[in-house]
Amino acid sequence: MTDQTGATTSDYNFAYLDEQTKRMIRRALLKAVAIPGYQVPFASREMPMPYGWGTGGVQVSAACLTPDDTFKVIDQGADDTTNAVSIRKFFEKTADVETTEHTQDATIIQTRHRIPEAPLTEDQILVYQVPIPEPLRFLEPRETETRKMHALEEYGLMHVKLYEDIARHGHIATSYAYPVKVEGRYVMDPSPIPKFDNPKLEMAAIQLFGAGREQRIYAIPPYTQVVSLDFEDHPFDPSKADAPCDLCGADHTYLDEVIIDDAGGRMFVCSDTDYCAGRQAQGHRGRLSPEAAE
Amino acid sequence: MLDDALNGGFENPPVQSSHAFRAALSALARPGRVERIMGAEAPGLSEAAATLLLTLCDAETPIYLAPGHDSEALGQWIAFHIGAPLVGPSHAMFALGAWDALMPLTGYPVGTPEYPDRATTLIVEVEALTPPTARLTGPGVETVARMRLPETDPFRANRALFPLGHDFFFTAGEQIAGLPRTTIVEDL
Repeated sequence: MTDQTGATTSDYNFAYLDEQTKRMIRRALLKAVAIPGYQVPFASREMPMPYGWGTGGVQVSAACLTPDDTFKVIDQGADDTTNAVSIRKFFEKTADVETTEHTQDATIIQTRHRIPEAPLTEDQILVYQVPIPEPLRFLEPRETETRKMHALEEYGLMHVKLYEDIARHGHIATSYAYPVKVEGRYVMDPSPIPKFDNPKLEMAAIQLFGAGREQRIYAIPPYTQVVSLDFEDHPFDPSKADAPCDLCGADHTYLDEVIIDDAGGRMFVCSDTDYCAGRQAQGHRGRLSPEAAE
Repeated sequence: MLDDALNGGFENPPVQSSHAFRAALSALARPGRVERIMGAEAPGLSEAAATLLLTLCDAETPIYLAPGHDSEALGQWIAFHIGAPLVGPSHAMFALGAWDALMPLTGYPVGTPEYPDRATTLIVEVEALTPPTARLTGPGVETVARMRLPETDPFRANRALFPLGHDFFFTAGEQIAGLPRTTIVEDL
């Protein structure tokens, strides 16, 4: 909305947060970029949505958005789920930014638990919503201890956990939030993305991670070395469902399994809805495409 | 240049500071890249340095002004627009000045092993950001980047402290470049 002089009139400050809060978040973001993988504490604010709905990512996005940006939000790869729709509407209302569902048109992409299939460029920023930022938290509940472990680069416990996976299951059974080591120093939780996405963490875009409830911000600058932890005899394996997408036929994307009847019938579809729709528009078809089913 | 402490702030703080932050973020995330940053004017400072101060600093960020930049006029400008306490190097979250005046680097906090983020960010006013004198590799650099630096030895020593260390912004006119502690600096 604009008034007679052409100035924007909104009941909210641009991008919702007050300026002092944004400065505090911006300082944390710059330190996070300077120390890749290290969790910078920040004074997370109450947001008009519950913890667990992306308050950390929303605050990071709010501190980064300019009026010239085009904003995209995905939830498990999908643009059209509740969480993604409400965050997109939140910034349409409070920051008056353009929004899009197309990965390549977006300048800032906020994501919950996925990295888009299409490669991101240098002109883009990927903002992750993070529930538990501390990769060692389920191994050591005390913050004082995990902080010391990061300071001393004492990550033996994490390897023990992966080893116990192998002892129990015969392979590393961790399939999401798979721990990585950033630039040879900090072990980091890539947020609960599937391990299929881990190789994509080395990318051209800036990656920012926000954990609202846990009050932590961390980052991976472009072209930063990100190594998934593994063992020589059990190398990291970015696995996915062994099937092509039933709508677009892609055999190189991360798939969701969908139950389609009461008899155990199921289908696999791309979790990245924009990528799948783009392939279908190009004429790719899968097993259950409307034409194929006829 | 400006002699009135009440002027020189942003006309539209939320929008101008958002553009300024994105320039600073891009500069620090991609060492060697020169970004444009503008919108503020302060006595004796480049537009880039004034804008960066206004974007990042407030009453919670103690600032050290190195000799040559510790004028009364700038002190009043900071008091009015930012409200940051002016302190010595050992307590500074941000330090501002010319390269020689900011030395020695050992006077500034480098963070602690538990909290490496509690380190000083130095804003170095330089005459120009080109031509390049150093070769950069590390996070944010795809292969090799180049950058004009006053010297290279202090940055090598800084890199050796990682994950502790200082982070730098270099400002000249409307231009800004960043050098985080992770960057490996070599003579060109």
